[in-house]
Amino acid sequence: MQQTAARRALRAAAVVTSVTITSALTIGPSLAADPIKIGSVLSATGPASFLGDPEQKTLKLFVEALNKKGGILGRPVELVLYDDGGDANKARTFATRLIEDDKVVAMVGGTTTGTTMAMIPVFEDAKIPFISLAGAIEIVEPVRAFVFKTPHTDKTACQKIFEDMKARGLTKIGMISGTDGFGKSMRAQCMKVIGDYGITALVDESYGPTDADMTPQLNKIKNTADVQAVLNPGFGQGPAIVTRNYAQLGIKLPLYQSHGVASKSFIELAGPAAEGVRLPAPALLIADKLADTDPQKPVVMDYKKSYETATGQPVSTFGGYGFDGIQLLVSAIERAKSVEPQKIRDAIEGTKGHVGATGLYTMTPTDHLGLGTESFHMLEIKGGDWVPQDKK
Amino acid sequence: MLRKILSSRIAVLLLLAAMIAIVPVLAPSSFYLRVAALVWIFGLAALGLTILTGYAGQVSLGHAGFLGIGAYAVAVGPAKLGLDPLLSLLLGAVLCGLVAYAVGKPILRLKGYYLAIATLGFGLIVALVLTSEGAITGGPDGMQVPRVVLFGWRIAGVVPWYWISGGALLIGALLALNILASPSGRALRALHDSEVAAAGVGVDVAAKKLAAFVISGVYAGVAGSLLALMNGFITPEAAGFMHSIELVAMVIIGGLGSVVGAVVGAAFLVVLPQALTVLQEYEQAVLGLLIMVFMIVLPAGIVPSLRRLVLERAA
Repeated sequence: MQQTAARRALRAAAVVTSVTITSALTIGPSLAADPIKIGSVLSATGPASFLGDPEQKTLKLFVEALNKKGGILGRPVELVLYDDGGDANKARTFATRLIEDDKVVAMVGGTTTGTTMAMIPVFEDAKIPFISLAGAIEIVEPVRAFVFKTPHTDKTACQKIFEDMKARGLTKIGMISGTDGFGKSMRAQCMKVIGDYGITALVDESYGPTDADMTPQLNKIKNTADVQAVLNPGFGQGPAIVTRNYAQLGIKLPLYQSHGVASKSFIELAGPAAEGVRLPAPALLIADKLADTDPQKPVVMDYKKSYETATGQPVSTFGGYGFDGIQLLVSAIERAKSVEPQKIRDAIEGTKGHVGATGLYTMTPTDHLGLGTESFHMLEIKGGDWVPQDKK
Repeated sequence: MLRKILSSRIAVLLLLAAMIAIVPVLAPSSFYLRVAALVWIFGLAALGLTILTGYAGQVSLGHAGFLGIGAYAVAVGPAKLGLDPLLSLLLGAVLCGLVAYAVGKPILRLKGYYLAIATLGFGLIVALVLTSEGAITGGPDGMQVPRVVLFGWRIAGVVPWYWISGGALLIGALLALNILASPSGRALRALHDSEVAAAGVGVDVAAKKLAAFVISGVYAGVAGSLLALMNGFITPEAAGFMHSIELVAMVIIGGLGSVVGAVVGAAFLVVLPQALTVLQEYEQAVLGLLIMVFMIVLPAGIVPSLRRLVLERAA
């Protein structure tokens, strides 16, 4: 009795093991005519899935559409997709697998800064181009030969804001920043470039991420002589509270918020106090409000439409990073007329005036992001809605 | 005869050594070596946990906390304090031992569920500190781990780390086998079966439990250091709750109280997700299902169940 049960158990174990091994050996559906393999490691599940999921959907959609049109250089494209669950160690294992086992010619992925930084050495050592979809400026500064990225950085947002201030003749400002990760990082980036615009910060205040009242800090700014405008780098509900306190104190100076609150929920939280607040935002957010002459308009509207019909979900800027990443790569392969990683890398670096969903990309050997301040659109809140302030 | 071979210490070590030696021969690319190196590293952590859970019968849901401490020791030590990476590894192991002692002293007076929850809290605190102390740890984005330079030789790439992690696993297994064969090991086993009976025959229950906790903490710490050094980069995610659960699952799937089982359990949870990526969205579901199937058909864990089968056949 005991023995037959044991034998049955052994047989079950053997079946399970052999099924696993067979499934491991047949890797992916094989496409006809020698496909071009493009790798992608994304955080489609786990804590960063709000970023990784739209990225994954976008990449799949794009590659599907590309193959319907006949692929690149007459060859179909195979997207080798892995989910790291936000784990840097897993991301690195998958990166090794993409290079050693799948033999991809390039990679578009790396949802978070953590997973991207863990994967960079693998791609640098193998000399395979890697277009990251993560935010931090450390990814491309210092420049690494084979690493690029598509999302704009806090620095670009700061530059956009200072440009706008300078155009309005505002050169003496007050800062009030959140001490959360986003607020801290953006404040540091702003302080680095503020001098380039001849602007000085006369006061530099901060608040904690859970503070419910910023009146004391704002009062100090109000009582500082000569302040002409106020900038508030921050994320979450802090900026909404700042905006309301600002109105309650009757401060009449122009208030600038960051791209961190470029969402409808900010207008709802801040209420009527948000009137007249300015902030930089990516084109995707205001796709239908873009001027018809805007070069980004057709690209953004096209992406928005195809994403929303295919997934039934509203488009997000994160998916846009993936869209730009794969497009930059495809265009580079077409220009290089080759799938040799070194030539693809050179072609990506030679990208000029590429119109993407996030902005216009022009890469150089010293700039592997390639976005200027035109990737942001300055918005003003009027009547509870965004109004683009771009010069016509 | 067969029973004697299967339970001999030398046979276990030879088996592990053979596994470590044969993978590079069969591996078609260094990707497979990396996966195997991860198995040895997580196997080392699971080995420590097997002493705590398999022998002393105590459950820890916060062991990734020690993994995190060990990992950040080799990251912060050289980068912020200018220490040698190898010295940092040793200091990290000592730190894990001290932390385990300080944490274990009050916690191990708790029994059963309470101990599990207390260790859970410990793991969460470590992950929280690593995430929020951005100035030292680099925050949620993680930090670079400097490369080890030994006698002017920069240890980078998969191959050297494969052999280092394999060697570390062998040393860990040797120590674990010796501990388990010693009077202390027998005391731990007695404790697992019945705390009251063990105390009755003169085992200092609290001291033995604490010793097992400290030892398992040091194992996890060294494993964490090796992981960080091999990857050259570390994020606070390493100390996360899911990793603690993974470690416990490795020990249980492989077989409670078995040295080889800890390594087999680690292999199960490191290799299977790689094999299951073809299933795309269903990956997690199938992984869960496989764990259930294994636990139902091999309830004592893979290694002990298989050993019983072999012995029954021979008998």
